[in-house]
Amino acid sequence: MSTRPTLITNAQLIDPAKSKVETGAILFDDSILDVGAITSAPDGAEIIDADGAHVAPGLIDMRVIIGEPGAEHKETFKSAGRAAAAGGVTTMVMMPNTTPIIDDQSLVDYVIRRGPDRSGGVRILPAAALTKHLDGELMTEIGLMAEAGAVMFSNGDKPIVDSRVLRRALSYASTFGALVAHRPEDPFLAEGGVMHEGELAARLGLAGIPAAAEAIMAERDLMLAELTRGRLLLDMLSSALTLPILNRAKDRGVDAVASVNVHHLVLNENDVDGYRTFAKLSPPLRAEDDRAALVNAVRDGLIDVIVSGHDPRPAEDKRLPFAEAAFGAVGLETLLPGALSLHHRDDIPLTQVLRAVTQKPAELLKLPQGRLAKGAPADIILLDVAAPFRLDSDTLRSKSNNSPFDEKLMQGAVKRTFIAGKTVFGA
Amino acid sequence: MTKSEARSSPARFRNRHLLSTTSLDRSEAESLLDRAEAFAPLLEQKIKKLDTLRGRTLINLFFENSTRTQSSFELAGKRMGADVVNMSVKSSSVAKGETLIDTAATLNAMRADLLVVRHGASGAAELLAQKVDCAVINAGDGQHEHPTQALLDAFTIRSQLGAIEGLKVAICGDVLHSRVARSNVNLLNLLGAQVHLVGPPTLLPDSAERWGARIFHSMRDGIKDVDVIMMLRVQRERMAGGFFPSAREYFWFYGLDEDKLKLAKPGALVMHPGPMNRGVEIDSSVADNPNVSLIETQVRMGVAVRMAVLEALADRGAEGAA
Repeated sequence: MSTRPTLITNAQLIDPAKSKVETGAILFDDSILDVGAITSAPDGAEIIDADGAHVAPGLIDMRVIIGEPGAEHKETFKSAGRAAAAGGVTTMVMMPNTTPIIDDQSLVDYVIRRGPDRSGGVRILPAAALTKHLDGELMTEIGLMAEAGAVMFSNGDKPIVDSRVLRRALSYASTFGALVAHRPEDPFLAEGGVMHEGELAARLGLAGIPAAAEAIMAERDLMLAELTRGRLLLDMLSSALTLPILNRAKDRGVDAVASVNVHHLVLNENDVDGYRTFAKLSPPLRAEDDRAALVNAVRDGLIDVIVSGHDPRPAEDKRLPFAEAAFGAVGLETLLPGALSLHHRDDIPLTQVLRAVTQKPAELLKLPQGRLAKGAPADIILLDVAAPFRLDSDTLRSKSNNSPFDEKLMQGAVKRTFIAGKTVFGA
Repeated sequence: MTKSEARSSPARFRNRHLLSTTSLDRSEAESLLDRAEAFAPLLEQKIKKLDTLRGRTLINLFFENSTRTQSSFELAGKRMGADVVNMSVKSSSVAKGETLIDTAATLNAMRADLLVVRHGASGAAELLAQKVDCAVINAGDGQHEHPTQALLDAFTIRSQLGAIEGLKVAICGDVLHSRVARSNVNLLNLLGAQVHLVGPPTLLPDSAERWGARIFHSMRDGIKDVDVIMMLRVQRERMAGGFFPSAREYFWFYGLDEDKLKLAKPGALVMHPGPMNRGVEIDSSVADNPNVSLIETQVRMGVAVRMAVLEALADRGAEGAA
């Protein structure tokens, strides 16, 4: 192997497959050669003394919007790759809502061939469109795109209103074992809404999106998954109201999983107060009770995956009256510190936090990475879990810097990121 | 009764009508196939006519266009000496708002002996059978059944492979909307074959595994080591209905080409009820290969099988009237 071997000693190993952090060493070239008590390194190996810092698998972010192709002023493969590497994200699942929309095998192929060259090595895997033009009417060539390398199928931020279309798409996708991601939000209830519907929205004079908009459609989606025996990912849940619905479906044996945007685990509707458009997200940040319930759901395994929901928006789309501003926040560089805050507050054990951003996404997408196991690809991060910093969004490497974490105190700094054993950040 | 005796006399038949393959028992089905076998050589002779049904009237009542089935029944009737009248929907009063029951009354007045019905609604043949005095043969009702197609398919297989018992037969494609598939599953099961149903889940009924067939969503798995592959016609409008994404993708995963055909048992036979969509469910290189494709044979066999059915029902009709 041409990749120079690396030995990291004296590290705190966060193996997401285990319940506890263990002290040890890790040896890898392009894949992991050994983990645990390692006494000798091969000739020519780089030896890094971690000095008690942590080692974890690189993060797999299942929900990243990149502007390329079509909106390179927001984000490119290159800028997203830089941000990801700095944030410890070694695999990005790229949403299909580009221009053109990724609804054809040639575009899937384009992302797979061009992405990693331009992203500085960060792995980019396309989530292909579930329906043609994302218009919710006709399913795409799911089989051909899966063969071309699409790892999941999503309608982006546009829910599929026609239940029969989603039924057939779930059913058809099951032929190929394909994971179908769907964002549950009843568009009629949500129409015109710009934040969580509640007392604060009423006071601010802003139109709200009721929690029921999510719960109603999630219930439908889960019933369709049950009917079709398809694989469903409920994409970015925001409301406590949805959780018992998901729980009941999982109890019935429905092949469904759920993700949550890290922002919804840390922030709530009060972060919108003062008309702060950088906290205008879709789904909206909801009440504190919702946030706490989502954290519990991650802890209990009801919610499987934490995502960044990375959605770059240039300042001109955000510096507008609240109702007119764009939804969305960047997250590639704040996914890790955001998720780690759950550990620092003693809400969720460290290995379990990491599991939701490494092992779980790998299992759902059937990827070999996301593990600290012999033979797995050496996608590894060296990090200082406790290192405090105040986020200055101007320093973000993303081409857009719309983060609601701006000026917030956070903990957790990536010191070095390896992908297939090669350093892509730090050194 | 020996086999040669069976062939020299009309098939034994309990029912007055042939509406569904589910009403057949095994000996009835086999006696129809035996009788068809006796008729088959006749069709190769210079003079192809019998007078078994002389003086009887056969009405072909087709509410849906079908050149193939209609002419097959017409030929079968004429070979047996019957007077054949073709009524198609465009020239009948159905187009003017007459109901199916009104049509039945008209047909009774015409004193037909045999009525062959093709209709777009499932159950239409059954409804007519309740209202007319003559024997009714279902030539396809909606997405329900097409029993003579199944009989001719079985006859074709038997004439090529000797027996049906123990064979593995894969039925591939749009099972959900196919009356041919429903009839074939029933009849092939009855005759002792093992049936595989192959298609994307959107084109297979949810309950299909309870039909006594094995379900496969992967065509490569479903046709592995089978003796016979029956391809079903995919209707292009199903794409617009969202059952599958495109003809291109369908052909890639479910179209029968030489590459996939290699997975079947060596010497496996290929059938299609027609008309074919080349490049959607079947590749021309397979459809036109005389060593594997029985598609033309099926058409020839159709006349012999329908002669056997007409003969058996004409006798039953006479008993019923007596």
